[in-house]
Amino acid sequence: MNKFLNNKIIYFVVLAAVLLLPFATDALLGRGWVRIVDFAMLYIMLALGLNIVVGYAGLLDLGYIAFFAVGAYCYALTGSPHLATAFPMLFPDGLHLSFWIVLPMAALLAGGFGVLLGAPTLRLRGDYLAIVTLGFGEIIRIFMNNLNAPVNLTNGPQGISRIDPIQVAGVSLNATQEVFGITLPSVHLYFYLFLSFTVLVVFVSHRLEKSRIGRAWMAIREDEIAASSMGINTRNLKLLAFAMGAMFGGVSGTLFAGFQGFVSPESFSLMESVMVLCMVVLGGMGNIYGVILGGLMLALLPEVLRHSVVPLQQAMFGKTVIDPESLRMLLFGTALIVVMLYRPAGLWPSRVRRRELDTDEVAP
Amino acid sequence: MTALLELTGVGKQFGGLAALNRVSLHINAGEIYGLIGPNGAGKTTLFNVITGLYQLDSGKFHFAGQDYQSTMPHLLAQAGIARTFQNIRLFANLTALENVMIGRHQRTQAGVFGALFLNRATRTEERASADRARELLRYVGITKSSQTLAKNLSYGEQRRLEIARALATEPMLLALDEPAAGMNATETESLKVLLHDIRATGVTVMLIEHDVKLIMGLCDRVAVLDYGRLIAEGVPDEVRQNPAVIAAYLGSDNE
Repeated sequence: MNKFLNNKIIYFVVLAAVLLLPFATDALLGRGWVRIVDFAMLYIMLALGLNIVVGYAGLLDLGYIAFFAVGAYCYALTGSPHLATAFPMLFPDGLHLSFWIVLPMAALLAGGFGVLLGAPTLRLRGDYLAIVTLGFGEIIRIFMNNLNAPVNLTNGPQGISRIDPIQVAGVSLNATQEVFGITLPSVHLYFYLFLSFTVLVVFVSHRLEKSRIGRAWMAIREDEIAASSMGINTRNLKLLAFAMGAMFGGVSGTLFAGFQGFVSPESFSLMESVMVLCMVVLGGMGNIYGVILGGLMLALLPEVLRHSVVPLQQAMFGKTVIDPESLRMLLFGTALIVVMLYRPAGLWPSRVRRRELDTDEVAP
Repeated sequence: MTALLELTGVGKQFGGLAALNRVSLHINAGEIYGLIGPNGAGKTTLFNVITGLYQLDSGKFHFAGQDYQSTMPHLLAQAGIARTFQNIRLFANLTALENVMIGRHQRTQAGVFGALFLNRATRTEERASADRARELLRYVGITKSSQTLAKNLSYGEQRRLEIARALATEPMLLALDEPAAGMNATETESLKVLLHDIRATGVTVMLIEHDVKLIMGLCDRVAVLDYGRLIAEGVPDEVRQNPAVIAAYLGSDNE
């Protein structure tokens, strides 16, 4: 009873802290940081999507950012004036679909791409799967880069700009709004939008993990032959994992396009896929909270460095000796090595892994 | 008696090696059927063929009213063949309970929507599935916590967990690949009791075993494989007297 009450109090405190986060960040660190937190949440959604593929089903995917790209370009094309240049007759003004119509379409399309990637790779595992998925990720990016001729569909490396801001109930999130007498700047509004989506994604992940489907995925991860001998249709379930993971990526990408107002192939490089994978691995593969932690840390790290390293060096040496970007890679590499050495299951391992460590301690 | 499983001229080649050479045999519903033979005789290959892990090169087999030639493992599992593996293949990082619940996969329905909305049907199904899994754990004699990871169970318990997982699929035919391997005399004895119990519930049991004493004391009928050929089939006493079997195990006088 007491524990139950304690839990309730903890939940309430966490909830209040999260809801007040943009205001606190704004007051303490400045508005730029609210924007950074918004981006961090997009990364958390991506990491949770990849966690389904890698953490649950055990399929190593190195091209995951492609689904983010599919979602982003989906909204970029249908929610901007760009299509006017490609099809001036058809869309003299560009196609300006509502975000809320594009979102489910983008999720489905990304899911479809997930199946498209999954189908030919069903027999592959481990390194070989990683190589094919890496290739897939690059194919999507290169397509985006080159599809400006003969019909200018993606505007090539210049990317698509002037994407419509997201509107909620007719209210644009791109301007400061008054809600119940509280002034909410644009970044705050996007914060609450992304927060709701993150909560939804966490909820879906959580429900899937504890379900018959989740168990079947984990069975495939542990031993595919034994899983199929127990009556699990490994083909369908692997495709389902790819599709579900891709849908999360697609949703995150659509939000990204609306938030940023601009997309270009540059945002979807291999390095981004690697970063998202690192969030999953570093945080704790298969554990939702570990993945959130990993996503938050890796998304914030470069910004923290940028804001601390340069002033620090200026104060010490009077000039910038090491560029924060290179320092980021150095620190990041070191952190990965340290985590892999001392916490191979991630910073916050899944419940199963943790229990496994507990029982190891008890055993003689 | 009707034959539950019937193999007709089954052949399986690995390159130039005929791992199975026109093997024909049948297993009656409700019996305990033993498969013995020297190392490399093709026993496990036969198992892999009837559970769909290998596609057969010639012949066919008939199970519960249907012919199979090439198929997938999960379809045979759904048809009612469940198996254990010679080198235990549990889901090592999942709990004992989860392992058995995964065996329930094919007898349950819940999909993505059930998982997301956790409607009443899904909740009832999950609870029934967990209850049945706990029951099976007790049935095979795993007394440790159902939350123990499969890989932290003792060797004998892991073998039993594999049997529980296989039973969870509600098989008509339970195929056990060397269930007593590595067990001591007491463990073997309780395995024997367990297999008799399982048969009493109406499940046909087929097992590969090296422990000839166990096979002879347990099985209703025995088949002997040697170099991929079926060299004898019949009741244990008959097979024991069969000169071809004695030759396969001890070498014949003529050599």
